[in-house]
Amino acid sequence: MMLHPGLLLIAGGIAMTFVRGSARSALAVLLPALALFLVWQVGDGIFGRVAFLDYQLEFVRGDRLARVFATIFTLMALVGGVFALKQESRIEVPAAFVYAGSAVGAVFAGDLVTLFLFWELMAVGSTLVIWAAGASARAASMRYLMVHLFGGVVLMAGITGHVASGGSLTFEAMQADSLAHCLILVGFLINAGAPPFSAWLPDAYPEASWSGMVFLSAFTTKTAVYVLLRGFPGTEILIPIGLYMVFYGIVYAILENDMRRILAYSIINQVGFMVTGIGIGTEMALNGSAAHAFAHIIYKALLLMSAGAVLYRTGKRKCTDLGGLFQSMPLTTICGTIGALAISAFPLTSGFTTKSMISQSAANEHMMFIWLLLAAASAGVFLHAGIKFPWFVFFQKDSGMRPKDPPASMGWGMIAFSALCIGLGCYPDPLYAILPYPVDYQPYTGAHVVSQLQLLLFSGLAFFLLLNSLQRTLTITLDLDWFYRVLGPGLALGLAEGLANALAASGRGAAGLFSSIRTAIYRHYGPSGVLARTWLSGHMVLWVAILLLMYLVLFYLPD
Amino acid sequence: MHWLVRPDSIRKLWIAFIAILALTVIAEFFVEAHPHFGVDALPAFNAWFGFIACVILVFGSKLLGMWLKRRDDYYDEQ
Repeated sequence: MMLHPGLLLIAGGIAMTFVRGSARSALAVLLPALALFLVWQVGDGIFGRVAFLDYQLEFVRGDRLARVFATIFTLMALVGGVFALKQESRIEVPAAFVYAGSAVGAVFAGDLVTLFLFWELMAVGSTLVIWAAGASARAASMRYLMVHLFGGVVLMAGITGHVASGGSLTFEAMQADSLAHCLILVGFLINAGAPPFSAWLPDAYPEASWSGMVFLSAFTTKTAVYVLLRGFPGTEILIPIGLYMVFYGIVYAILENDMRRILAYSIINQVGFMVTGIGIGTEMALNGSAAHAFAHIIYKALLLMSAGAVLYRTGKRKCTDLGGLFQSMPLTTICGTIGALAISAFPLTSGFTTKSMISQSAANEHMMFIWLLLAAASAGVFLHAGIKFPWFVFFQKDSGMRPKDPPASMGWGMIAFSALCIGLGCYPDPLYAILPYPVDYQPYTGAHVVSQLQLLLFSGLAFFLLLNSLQRTLTITLDLDWFYRVLGPGLALGLAEGLANALAASGRGAAGLFSSIRTAIYRHYGPSGVLARTWLSGHMVLWVAILLLMYLVLFYLPD
Repeated sequence: MHWLVRPDSIRKLWIAFIAILALTVIAEFFVEAHPHFGVDALPAFNAWFGFIACVILVFGSKLLGMWLKRRDDYYDEQ
């Protein structure tokens, strides 16, 4: 192995902040392209052993699972880099490359310490991507960082406990059977957007710039899917957690008005499918989760590119302000619709050939209830992302705006990923060939195509029949982040105010006491005080005479 | 006015859409089904199941929305 693809992206990203103009554009394309090439130069096995304290770190471990994720991460950085060529922020794309590079580093990490280092670096890189969007994103980027630092602390506590109880530092499959392992699982799940920590994603990501959110959608949650795939395959608790995420995403996206927040909720929905697959845990389900993550990164980035193009041209994010854009943005409309069809798993798109492996594995395991919920969720995906997003952004009422399609670099980004969505849908074999386990699955059977078309098209019918109930309003929907955005600060403020009042009251008491002592002293010792007055010498003589007299009287008193 | 938004074209689109819906139900009789459970062997299972799932999701969301919806400047005022 020559060069670590993740470190290349990290170092290259940092170097990019120092160059401008065409050199910078060249780096934005060449760095991820070279990293993608290097990913495929990593053979199977362990490379880069480093001694650290008493431990042996395995800096790079190459295997099939790591390679699938590293491939899509570097590919995402490449196409995202092209899409973001017009981005004027000097921080955002370099930060995104550091972020992508650390995600690649995390999936190649052979031990838990290396994993943790890259895990934290990802948090820093992604926070900078949000932060780079400007003043409006600062508060959200700090809330985002807090959640991820908390997740990092939980993960570190778990790793420490695992090692202290004699566990191996090598990152391999484990059971959620001890406190330490449960902490590791929780640390992973926080990054996956699992409950009760789902709200950080729709809170922070949509505040990023038009290109920033494209990068953000790809790495954090999918690295979490990777570590769950490697660390906790077949852990049953992941099934209910995944199903919760699936329906949480749908319900909140249905209620949402901001087009990019709709897509943010839909990320949690999609990751929910993957987490459910990991919980099912058969080879087919794990393959399905990995393949779905691969396809999902592409179509979700595509959807966010089309939303980013709309934001770039109109500066608007709310469905209530948008509509009718198909008339002047044909390319964006077509690409956004392809992404929408792919996320809905329409036949001939990548969702159809990947996501269906997860439901099929539920059917093979005779998990009827789970299978039914996944089918209902597939219908719900079409409802909230497949139709709702393109309908409210590009069609519905005419907003009167006639923005042009975005500049060529953004167009090429969208075209590349649209082609991949359809390519992997029509010919999934190259993807199947790199999955962790051998694939024995045929997506294109008559029954599968017909049943999927029925499911989706009748969901479409429901959408248009219920359109009045789906009309958007100028609202947001409260989530569990209310507890740390309103209740927590409210309590803290209340407590602070109460304490301050108590302090002030006791201060007033102390001040009162002090000032009465002061007045008393002043009264006696002040310039006109009784003890500081100038006395006449006559008074003095009189008092001395009185004292002498008293003395004489005392002396002659009989014993 | 763009041809796609004329009432006449919208009517035609609806007719085409309903025809396609009918086709997907009819097509079921021409493919070899391999149901895994009893329920998915029912006629046009995916059609009515998807439809009902969406209706439940939409009204379920509305119900939750009544409780949790706030004006979108809610957090700015906090």
